[in-house]
Amino acid sequence: MPTYLIVEQLLNGLQFGVMLFLSAAGLTLIFGVMGLINLAHGSLYMIGAFAAAAVAGATGSFVMALAASLAAAAAAGALVEILVIRRLYDRDHLDQVLATFALILIFSEGTRWMFGSFPLFLDVPSYLSGPVTLPGGIQYPLYRLTIIGIGLAIAAGLFLLIARTRIGIRIRAGEADREMIAALGVDISKLYTLVFALGAALAGLSGALVGAIQSVQVGMGEPVLILAFVVIVIGGIGSIKGALVGSLLVGLTDTFGRILLPVAFGTFMEPSAANSVGAALASMSIYLLMAVVLIVRPTGLYGRA
Amino acid sequence: MRRETFVNIAALAALFVLPVWANATGETYWVTLTTKVVILAIAGVGLNLALGLGGLVSFGHAAFFGVGGYVMGILASHLQDYVPLLTWPFLFEGSNQMPVIWLVALVFGALTALSIGLLSLRTSGVYFIMITLAFGQMLFYFAISWPAYGGEDGLSIYVRNEFPGLNTLVPIEFYGLCLTVLVAVLFLVWRISLSSFGLALGAARQNAERLQAVGIEPFRIRLTAFVISGAITALAGAMYADLNRFVSPNMFSWQTSGEIMVFVILGGVGRLFGPVLGAALFILMEHILGGMSEFWHIYLGFVLLGVVLFARGGLMGLLAGREVSHD
Repeated sequence: MPTYLIVEQLLNGLQFGVMLFLSAAGLTLIFGVMGLINLAHGSLYMIGAFAAAAVAGATGSFVMALAASLAAAAAAGALVEILVIRRLYDRDHLDQVLATFALILIFSEGTRWMFGSFPLFLDVPSYLSGPVTLPGGIQYPLYRLTIIGIGLAIAAGLFLLIARTRIGIRIRAGEADREMIAALGVDISKLYTLVFALGAALAGLSGALVGAIQSVQVGMGEPVLILAFVVIVIGGIGSIKGALVGSLLVGLTDTFGRILLPVAFGTFMEPSAANSVGAALASMSIYLLMAVVLIVRPTGLYGRA
Repeated sequence: MRRETFVNIAALAALFVLPVWANATGETYWVTLTTKVVILAIAGVGLNLALGLGGLVSFGHAAFFGVGGYVMGILASHLQDYVPLLTWPFLFEGSNQMPVIWLVALVFGALTALSIGLLSLRTSGVYFIMITLAFGQMLFYFAISWPAYGGEDGLSIYVRNEFPGLNTLVPIEFYGLCLTVLVAVLFLVWRISLSSFGLALGAARQNAERLQAVGIEPFRIRLTAFVISGAITALAGAMYADLNRFVSPNMFSWQTSGEIMVFVILGGVGRLFGPVLGAALFILMEHILGGMSEFWHIYLGFVLLGVVLFARGGLMGLLAGREVSHD
């Protein structure tokens, strides 16, 4: 396989992984701090994408669209936290799953009712479209490269936020012992709303960024949600570092699985059979990765026992 | 008589009487609708064994439902297309006999549950929910990308499979068959819940450490329950495929897992007839709300949210009171 193809796929895997991280980070933070399993996280991703598509359609500005995706997803997240999620913190996981499943139905059908069933399109702005030439003469789309940059910058910002700021200290304290920090005078319910809105905003932003490559449609969030679950299981629930490592692992495994498996099977099977077996196995590869991680470490790579 | 027993008998009586009455008045549509309720209730009863009795919140029961569906689709399509399924070690042309299909569905459902359970039961709580969901998705994507059996389009079976002595194409006869299976499954789960295995399973949910301390390994108890639960749901999947004469990867989708879970919770978690009531309520809502609005899932969402937040215990909790708690 030629080098340029490998570099290209490496970047594709990185881009996929970084976008996955934006969704998984919020999910793992929400679980780590509030102990809540939030199935509606994918809906917030979808809301971000739809808000971006609507604003881009009205104003024509991609930056405005991204700002709208952050604002709309954060607002929806805060609203849902205050109205519904707040009542679920003391409930068992079954209740949380069911209530957030109900939220998915409400969000999905609500969006379908507002925007219709047809996919919307969010265009890559002209200053970000087209390829760039990387060192070594490899051509790669500028937009995807930008996404990787934005994702990595946000990851770094999130680490700084958690590790260096007062809010971050409170978030970590909330993870460790929520009664204690409430007793110390931290307004715990405000903190929870904030964490939820932050996670929602990240998901919404990634929805908008990915929406410009794929189409913006109802139901786009759930596949991402399920991949984010796989990421969290691999990385360890509650760990941002685990979410980053897990996202990149999943992104690279998926991308290279699709390229390499059909080729690998082609060495000893006839081409058409190798393609179908390879494609079928490639779509299962990340789940196999998850199974292997679970066998070695049942609480994930960075999870606490 | 306990109120729950009374509700159970009333539900069973309704399932026996209403379709016969609908059939007599020529409303065969309602017979088919009730058949759907009964089959989905079987899937729910299967999940309820793991979820209600064992406390195993599986969000991946679509995996077993789909396996059952594809067992039916594969066996019947080979016979339909005159392509033998096996030529070695013996010739097997596929089958259109429900007892054969059901048996194979039970076996493959159990095997799938065994392999998923062996991995996912190493974890608990929220990990278990996510992992079962992920394994369900894995099979979903496998079904989509495996081209031999229709891939994304699914498989159509032109004639409903046969059952000795019955004409399964007559709605009421197929319904009677499904109802018999439901009653048998309910009886089985009832006996299990009263057996020493059932007690150990309940104990594994309430306090696994104590169970371990008295010398019973919770993992094996849970795995056994998960396998039985998966097998029952696979049986329901095979029957559901036969009802529609169609199998598609949709049976594997996470929405299917969610819906099976909704039957259990709408009806009442851990109650023997909970999934029956839940499935009936769900199908009724689908029928009534779906007739009113294209966006009926919104209303379903609000109903579910209301049940979780305010009416815990589901329909059975409403009708028969909350179960005496032993926790």
